[in-house]
Amino acid sequence: MNILIIAAKEIHQAIRNRWVLAATLLLAGLALSLTFLGSAPTGNVGVRTLDVVVVSLSSLTIFLVPLIALLISHDAIVGEMERGTMLLLLSYPVARWQVLLGKFLGHLAVLAFATCLGYGAAVGALAATGSQIDSDSFLAFAAMVGSSVLLGAAFVAIGYLISALVRDRGTAAGICIGLWLLLVLIYDMALLGVLALDQGRSISAAALNAMLLANPTDAYRLINLTGFANVSTFAGMAGLAQTSSLTIPVLLSALLGWTLLPLGLAALAFSRREL
Amino acid sequence: MTSTVRVSDVTKAYGRVEAVRGASFALGQGELVALIGHNGAGKTTLMKLMLGLIRPTSGAIEVLGDNPAAGEFAGRRQLGYLPENVSFDPALTGRETQAFYARLKREPVAKALDLLDAVGLGAASRRRVSTYSKGMRQRLGLAQALLGAPRVLLLDEPTTGLDPELRQTFYDIIARLAAAGTTVLLSSHALTELEERAGRVIIMNRGIKVADGSIDELRRLARLPTRIRLKVAGLAPSEMPPWAPADATCRRLNGHIVEIDAAPERKIELLHRATAAGNAVEDVDVVPPTLDELYAHFLRQSEQAP
Repeated sequence: MNILIIAAKEIHQAIRNRWVLAATLLLAGLALSLTFLGSAPTGNVGVRTLDVVVVSLSSLTIFLVPLIALLISHDAIVGEMERGTMLLLLSYPVARWQVLLGKFLGHLAVLAFATCLGYGAAVGALAATGSQIDSDSFLAFAAMVGSSVLLGAAFVAIGYLISALVRDRGTAAGICIGLWLLLVLIYDMALLGVLALDQGRSISAAALNAMLLANPTDAYRLINLTGFANVSTFAGMAGLAQTSSLTIPVLLSALLGWTLLPLGLAALAFSRREL
Repeated sequence: MTSTVRVSDVTKAYGRVEAVRGASFALGQGELVALIGHNGAGKTTLMKLMLGLIRPTSGAIEVLGDNPAAGEFAGRRQLGYLPENVSFDPALTGRETQAFYARLKREPVAKALDLLDAVGLGAASRRRVSTYSKGMRQRLGLAQALLGAPRVLLLDEPTTGLDPELRQTFYDIIARLAAAGTTVLLSSHALTELEERAGRVIIMNRGIKVADGSIDELRRLARLPTRIRLKVAGLAPSEMPPWAPADATCRRLNGHIVEIDAAPERKIELLHRATAAGNAVEDVDVVPPTLDELYAHFLRQSEQAP
């Protein structure tokens, strides 16, 4: 009950602050432009447009959704402490973990709404312009939207953990930007560099899999680019998809773990926190 | 009298600084207690300890049957708190804020919104909190603290930013609640305001409780002189009346007023002497030591003690 009251308030605030509007418009705008501009080089002959959209949109999601998630979450605990609103909230009959979980549900709902509506606009536009959408493509698209929300959940949880640990908002923001750069950009480049140097001598396939699972964005990428045969041909990942032992359930549980573990640690850090 | 709040030998240290040192007291039902002390004396720390926002380094606290340090919060439904410099989410309106807090306390929202009128927020309650002045935020803070029927009210500097009229209303509400059995703990700098209202005063200095009792008890303990002001006719500017005792401090205030510091037990004797001297005395004023003076006295005393 308390959790839902707090979640409802977070959603209310996000609507008031135009977070919902901004995130939805941003995602819809990018999804629509990718849908129509992205199909220009391939043309429309013989190619199932929605599959191309899944490939390009999921690449975009890796940059954008974690960023939006960290933006709304980094401030959740330390920001409310700095503004003084947390002091009053915690004098009410609510447990701290309920506050955290309520905020999580609220922020997740905002993110899910923006993603579903924003990306849904792309499908709607395709259908409206008369593109054929078969059920395989639609399934891949739905999985992409679902896993995007899960990726967002993981980064919201990571943002909370940072927010629960640091002393002030500026530090939280700084660490979040650093983490975003690391996980979204640097990690893959470094991994690629290491693999190129190693030439397959000491890094086993299992070690590589572990390294891919250690980054939520890589787990997300693999779900969408290798998970569906119709999509992986366009992603140039068909070969990888056949050899990789990382199945969809494994990848999904990695993302889930990336959500639950930081969330649990954030709850622990928050419960120890003095204010 | 059952106690609602019990603080037993509580110490709270931040690193090497001890914000509260070995404080013990119990607050009873229906008591209106003033917690006074200058900035950094440990008033806010004590309230935060009672709310479980921070944990004591040693000692135990019990609030409405809960141990707040262990994260127990069942009793908080019957607890109201107004923090110093209260702040709210700027994007929501006053009504939305009040409704949110009412839901958390499982209070009917309609009744909670009536409180907004009671604190004089009225029309402004439909505006966003970001447009509020300090006084209006303070009113909203009061309204949320009064939600439900609190059995314990912790008010940290509640009257800062309130205009005199609302101050009066505020003290009326508090007095009514205390009469109905609510324990009110109130910290303030406005000592003159508290003097007539608080049934009990706790004075803190550097984290240590230096005095605790009703104002009369504190006056007895402090043994500060009562000032007797007499308007005496026909005295030369620097002359003292002949009946003034040699061992009491006398001073001339202006034209005809003589002020004598009287030890508590000599008050009556002095008045007798003054009136026995005939009709030279035109008027008399007896000023007992004020809370301000008592506060200063106990502070001085605690500074001198090792």
